[in-house]
Amino acid sequence: METKHSIYVDHAATTPVASEVLAAMLPYFGEQYGNPGSFHTVGKRANDAVITAREGIASLLACRSDEVIFTGSGTESDNLAILGYARAMAGKGKHLVTTSIEHHAVLEAMQHLERKEGFELTVVPVEKNGIVDAQKVIDAIREETTVVSVMLVNNEIGTIQPVADIGRAIEKLKAEGKAQYVAFHTDACQAAAYLDLDVRKLHVDLLALNGSKIYGPKGVSLLYVKRGVKLQPLQFGGAQERGWRPGTENVAGIVGLHRALALAVARREEDESHLRPLQDQLIDGVLGSIGKTRLNGDRTQRIPNNVNISFMDLEGEALLLYLDAVGIYASTGSACTSASLDPSHVILALGMPFEVAHGSMRFSLGRETTAEDITYILEVLPSLVERLRAISPVHVDEKYFESEESN
Amino acid sequence: MADYKLDAVKGRQGDVSSQTGAESWFYSDVVKEHFFSPKNFVMGEEDMSAYNAIGKVGSPACGDELRVWMKVDAETERIQDFRWKTFGCGSAIASTSMASVMVTENGGMTLAQARKLKPQDIMERLGGLPTRKFHCSVLCDKALRDAINDYYRRTDQFDKIIVAAKRLVDPVANVTDHDIEEAVLDGALTLDAVQQRTKVGIGNPTCLPAVEELIRFYREKYFGAD
Repeated sequence: METKHSIYVDHAATTPVASEVLAAMLPYFGEQYGNPGSFHTVGKRANDAVITAREGIASLLACRSDEVIFTGSGTESDNLAILGYARAMAGKGKHLVTTSIEHHAVLEAMQHLERKEGFELTVVPVEKNGIVDAQKVIDAIREETTVVSVMLVNNEIGTIQPVADIGRAIEKLKAEGKAQYVAFHTDACQAAAYLDLDVRKLHVDLLALNGSKIYGPKGVSLLYVKRGVKLQPLQFGGAQERGWRPGTENVAGIVGLHRALALAVARREEDESHLRPLQDQLIDGVLGSIGKTRLNGDRTQRIPNNVNISFMDLEGEALLLYLDAVGIYASTGSACTSASLDPSHVILALGMPFEVAHGSMRFSLGRETTAEDITYILEVLPSLVERLRAISPVHVDEKYFESEESN
Repeated sequence: MADYKLDAVKGRQGDVSSQTGAESWFYSDVVKEHFFSPKNFVMGEEDMSAYNAIGKVGSPACGDELRVWMKVDAETERIQDFRWKTFGCGSAIASTSMASVMVTENGGMTLAQARKLKPQDIMERLGGLPTRKFHCSVLCDKALRDAINDYYRRTDQFDKIIVAAKRLVDPVANVTDHDIEEAVLDGALTLDAVQQRTKVGIGNPTCLPAVEELIRFYREKYFGAD
């Protein structure tokens, strides 16, 4: 299984760290080792770095710097937003609203509140193209609703959700004196590299994004918390991050997160125009050359790096390993790669049967992906698919092959 | 100082990486060999009418479906040929491939011998599988038993058919109360752990309350009350 190819198409899992991000971080592992909480020169230098990063990020999100809370991961930011706000508002209402395709960091946090803390949860299904109908989210909101959470971009199928529309509609409800306890949260982890994150335009109260999806470091994330929104902390022991997320700051990580986000914003158009043709090349190439395939999620309302295709009659993990052997690193919604042995809840939420979810593959492209990489993928993929189909006894009904065309 | 080798062997029972050196991988070299070059599978739409026993287990809904075809010698009741098709992951492909080799090598196992083949035997020959992949080798063991019964049925040896005196808990994944009992005995004490072993309820969540009940029952039976 020797191979000279090494084609990483799993950028939705994580991205490499951009060299200038790494360079910006390095001093804080070395001579700038201070604790920002220390009352001396060494500490103050570290504190200045955190302040600069916080202010820089605030201007990129169009918010105030005291509205930016640093945490340790996207999951933690989602958890803090949902558990933190729901618990702080439990005296006012105990109803939560989200969608069927959210990340587990959102879904499981809400299910935990439902099972253990007496909350009611409404999970709004998405349309067949993997996009939630904004009106259905609004219709689910009641007087006692507190957290409404809708991701900006889905992590598996890359579909862009109508967050701004929902945010505006919630503001309208509030102006009419309704839904007064609602805070609107969006998980923007997959969106941060590609979409405008101006929180005023998104009309959100809470927003999570992390470093490891935007060519920044792992282990650092942020939560935007609009002024006036109160959270109950998940951990205790200090005054850092307004007491909502105590613990010594990850100075190097915070510096890196700022630099990565600034870079992503500066490169947004460049990345988009680099990735969009590659995305088209891969989608058209696979659907055109391999039968019984289906693009999962809307063709156009998706970020430019995501290609998610179901290959009928085969199991995703086997294809993943065959691809790995020829130097292509992708991801699958197959149950076999998840600890729970459940197939992708996102593909199932599109109304697809289990076997379609088991055969789904996600290729998420990145800054380093080239047209030659895509050509190579298209060269080797058909024979690998053929091999697995040849030994498969399963034949999925043809009605599931059609991809969703956007209107 | 002799123990390091034992440790290495133990290490291969869990999440397995390549034993050849620098490149680490998820499966053992033997698994890799059987995964990338599977033996005895049925290619495409082959004519299988010459085979005198068929077995089937699983469904694509639970992520694995396996069909096997056997040619059994009427005189000796040895398995002369064993072929298969699977919709399954790397482990399912590799363990079925290995099972096909094991039942046909050295002149072929007799049906009585084949019936005694355990998932653990297949796994041992594979050099171990990641823990959460146990169920994949359980699958081909079940398909083999199903084919053995089918042979006896076709040859009117009804007394030799062993329809396990078990209760089917999940007809989709073909999991019985006996499977749950084995999983619990094997240390799977929670629903999650039992599901990892057996896939019970994955394609058929309606059976889950009954499964949880059984887990509680066997846990108390073998490990005492909580």
